[in-house]
Amino acid sequence: MSLGKSFLGWPVLRQLTGEDRTGRGPAAQSARSAGLLPRTKTADRVVDSVCPYCAVGCGQKVYVKDERVIQIEGDPASPVSRGRLCPKGSASEQLVNSPGRVTTVRYRRPFATDWEDLDLETATDMIADRVVETRARTWQDLDHKGQKVRRTLGFASLGGATLDNEENYLIKKLFTALGAVQIENQARI
Amino acid sequence: MPGLGASFGRGGATTFLQDLQHSDCIVIQGSNMAECHPVGFQWVMEAKKRGAKVIHIDPRFTRTSAVADSHVPLRAGSDIAFLGGIINYVLQHEKYFKEYVLAYTNASFLLREEFQDTEELDGLFSGYDASTAKYDSTSWSYAGLEGDGREGGKGAGGDDLGHAEGESHGSGGPALNPNEVQKDWTLQHPRSVFQVLKRHYARYTPEMVEQVCGVPASQFLEVCEAVTANSGRERTTCWVYSVGWTQHSVGVQYIRGAAIIQLLLGNMGRPGGGILALRGHASIQGSTDIPTLFNLLPGYLPMPQAAEHETWEAYLDGIRSPQQKGFWGNAESYVVSLLKAWWGEHATKENGWAFDYLPRISGDHGTYQTALDMVDDKVEGYFLLGQNPAVGSAHGKLQRLGMAHLKWLVVRDLNMIESATFWKDGPEIESGELRTEDIGTEVFFLPAAAHTEKSGTFTQTQRMLQWHHKAVDPPGDCQSELAFFYLLGQKVRARLADSGEARDLPLQHLTWDYPLDADGEIDAEAVLQEINGRHADGRLLSGYLEMKPDGSTAGGCWIYSGVYADGVNQSARRKPGSEQDWVAKEWGWAWPYNRRILYNRASADPDGKPWSARKAYMQWDGEHWVGPDNVDFPKDRAPSYRAPEGATGPDALNGDDPFVMMADGKGWLFSPSGLVDGPLPAHYEPAESPVVNPLYGQQANPTREVFKRKENPMQPSGDEPGADVFPYVFTTYRLTEHHTAGGMSRWLPYLSELQPEFFCEVSPAHARERGLENHGWATIITARAAIEARVLVTERVVPLRVGGKVVHQVGLPYHWGVGTDAVVTGDSANDLFGLALDANVHIQETKAAACDIQPGRRPRGEALLRMVEEYRSRAGITVETGQQRMTQRNEP
Repeated sequence: MSLGKSFLGWPVLRQLTGEDRTGRGPAAQSARSAGLLPRTKTADRVVDSVCPYCAVGCGQKVYVKDERVIQIEGDPASPVSRGRLCPKGSASEQLVNSPGRVTTVRYRRPFATDWEDLDLETATDMIADRVVETRARTWQDLDHKGQKVRRTLGFASLGGATLDNEENYLIKKLFTALGAVQIENQARI
Repeated sequence: MPGLGASFGRGGATTFLQDLQHSDCIVIQGSNMAECHPVGFQWVMEAKKRGAKVIHIDPRFTRTSAVADSHVPLRAGSDIAFLGGIINYVLQHEKYFKEYVLAYTNASFLLREEFQDTEELDGLFSGYDASTAKYDSTSWSYAGLEGDGREGGKGAGGDDLGHAEGESHGSGGPALNPNEVQKDWTLQHPRSVFQVLKRHYARYTPEMVEQVCGVPASQFLEVCEAVTANSGRERTTCWVYSVGWTQHSVGVQYIRGAAIIQLLLGNMGRPGGGILALRGHASIQGSTDIPTLFNLLPGYLPMPQAAEHETWEAYLDGIRSPQQKGFWGNAESYVVSLLKAWWGEHATKENGWAFDYLPRISGDHGTYQTALDMVDDKVEGYFLLGQNPAVGSAHGKLQRLGMAHLKWLVVRDLNMIESATFWKDGPEIESGELRTEDIGTEVFFLPAAAHTEKSGTFTQTQRMLQWHHKAVDPPGDCQSELAFFYLLGQKVRARLADSGEARDLPLQHLTWDYPLDADGEIDAEAVLQEINGRHADGRLLSGYLEMKPDGSTAGGCWIYSGVYADGVNQSARRKPGSEQDWVAKEWGWAWPYNRRILYNRASADPDGKPWSARKAYMQWDGEHWVGPDNVDFPKDRAPSYRAPEGATGPDALNGDDPFVMMADGKGWLFSPSGLVDGPLPAHYEPAESPVVNPLYGQQANPTREVFKRKENPMQPSGDEPGADVFPYVFTTYRLTEHHTAGGMSRWLPYLSELQPEFFCEVSPAHARERGLENHGWATIITARAAIEARVLVTERVVPLRVGGKVVHQVGLPYHWGVGTDAVVTGDSANDLFGLALDANVHIQETKAAACDIQPGRRPRGEALLRMVEEYRSRAGITVETGQQRMTQRNEP
């Protein structure tokens, strides 16, 4: 017979006879809750990360099970954040697993009233075509004053402050080689 | 951040969050740190626990104010008057740190006879050209220098090319040849920087502060006393700011104001001191260091300008003076290494290191100019990479109308943001201005990878790079920007591989062969290694001191060189904080050279001894600089060292020149070059203000960038007819539970539940004046838009008495947008703003403007447009209104 079924397992007896005299610990715990484990205990691995919101740069521990992020906690080792996360950082597991997150390419034709599906490879090819065509059409060797400029003002980019340095580096490198100068990000906005 | 760059030499926070605990006084101004950087705020509380005084100067009472020793509410847009008042107090009461000021600042330097101050010209400095609204800064230079003090360079604002110059000082002070500068060590010469400063701020009295800011003189003096009592040999004060300071038409000069105070009080380079810029995005510091910005190359090297930088030699002479002191003197090595990193063997000495592969800029190619060019059908394509301009940028309508003119738009994001769906559910569809069937924009939405689905570095607010490791694969079609742009580059290169066009050579010759990782994706560590740089034989550089101008080194961002020192990814180091001192040098890696407090040579006196035992940090032990940090100075240069005649670059730094990036080695109380809107901060009203500038006839920043177009109607300001149609000041801000335009927060049920709805904060008196009810609706109106918000009547906002009249302020969080995909939606506060930009950095003024507010919801459909038109008509707004920059009465 398990303790739970016998009166010997009653919380009040455990409280009076055990060490938890205030009844706020093991004495009040049910068998079910005693068997519960935090998600973080059953993770397959824990990966070191950094919070993606503001620039305090709080350390994060990303818990992964079955190749899925199951929890994100503050990293106590970080000398900056000392294990803490704010409401946004604490919600970042939901950022990754958000029910509203779009995970497939969506395409809107000119003048269309709705989205349609498109496969990623085709989309990337179409974008590469657009870049090449726009660049050729809008290329300037000289500007209107006859000054050497070797550039295109035909396409632009906005974004970067939420991206990795390595990503910004490739974007700047590729755009500059394309002669595209209109690159901007939140640093001004 | 040229405000910091043109004062100290680098555009980054000068200290680190943990060091706040050693401050004796912390002034938080233009920032709501407790709510916007909550985890960083723990260090303010640690300081408070140790007895520090915490002062919050901000229009609104927030949770930062709640735990501060005092909250000083001031009128949004009046901070320079407040800071100038402190400078005046420090000078009048001789509270400055004399030894520090003499040794480490340019206080003793003499200016030219031609220099004229705003006191003489009613709000303008000498050199202003009314026809271009720009300054020729030649007269701001030091006495004894030829021309403007630069070799071959032009004045900061002397021509239209100079317009984009202001920002290029993020890591290297402005070019200048300092050798011949005349000095007066007594600081008594009327043309000394010190005396000029004194005269410039003489009218910034406590009474004037009260009149401009609405802060009672007694409360202002309490701040002065706290700050000066907590500065000097034994004590230090830190100044903390965020975008409450930067997003103004005179934002750069706000930061200059704090820089001058901190130099006068001797708080720079010292523990518990400095200026802490709090940044709002995970890698916003990184995205200026390795810039996705039009006017910069990595490491704050300027993008070449048409005409001015025709040749490699002209570029080089334009960005640095061969005679200048300090580490910017080696700029040639940094540029050559960058060009070698990008074009490898195709960058040779003979072809000027492929300098001509770089496109040239000519004026402002910033995001607002680009949006206007979209409206004019000059721009065909647009990439949005984790940014939502339909909600997050000023003048949202202009952004959306611009995008409706594009041929193609690529949106890469985690969620279906409003900028991706404006063509079917934007506010202009509802108002009838746009019809979905008429919008020809082809839209690609490509889902992005989250931070847990890719490896790479963010650079956080204290210049520290931290590596985040990939935890899982991205789902479905989701991709990192790294993977996407690598593939896009491959595809574009393949299409142009056989082209015979000269314009395609930079693509054909581009170094674009990156190793792939185990998942078949481009390896982010390989990119970080390229950024760090290598010797010709492939060895990784240990830092930028190893970079050479002869093509034997390659490196993509000189200030980041050292992040892969010893072949180790230093950014991935995670030695627990509990096993280190507070400097925590073995956690991540900070640029430059893993230095945590910048200019820390100044933590010791000119002889190399700590200013006091209590504030000891770095010191000279007879052979080296030692202390808890890496010294921001040549490691073995003795305090007594005096550079030989003719020395240049780092060799020219004397043993007491702590500002190692500056051309003269000193902190700049007065900026003789580097800024386009003046060498000293002067108070100007916001572009749209219900208040007449009490200090000068010049109402607003005379160099601010304006766009005189029908799409950008601006309001009358000050005492202009019609200004009273928009009688209230408003400001925008963030909440703890949301992030900027909401792309990373309004799609999350947790966060949406915590802050579901757009609201406005008004004071009880203001609510009575306009009949606003708590929890009811209000409509806020400007010349651009009318938006609706729930009303929060709260004493957190107080009416201020400014210049004899009561000014009410409205507070608006800006996270919501009109659409159908997010969990929570609402009108966008940014729709209210017009475009008026700071000329140094092209940042928009979104922290102070004027509006009206009325009870009730806004009209729908065409009636909404009629309402806004009626306001414009009542205020007499034409395309000319508010676009006049010089408004002072006396001819200069």
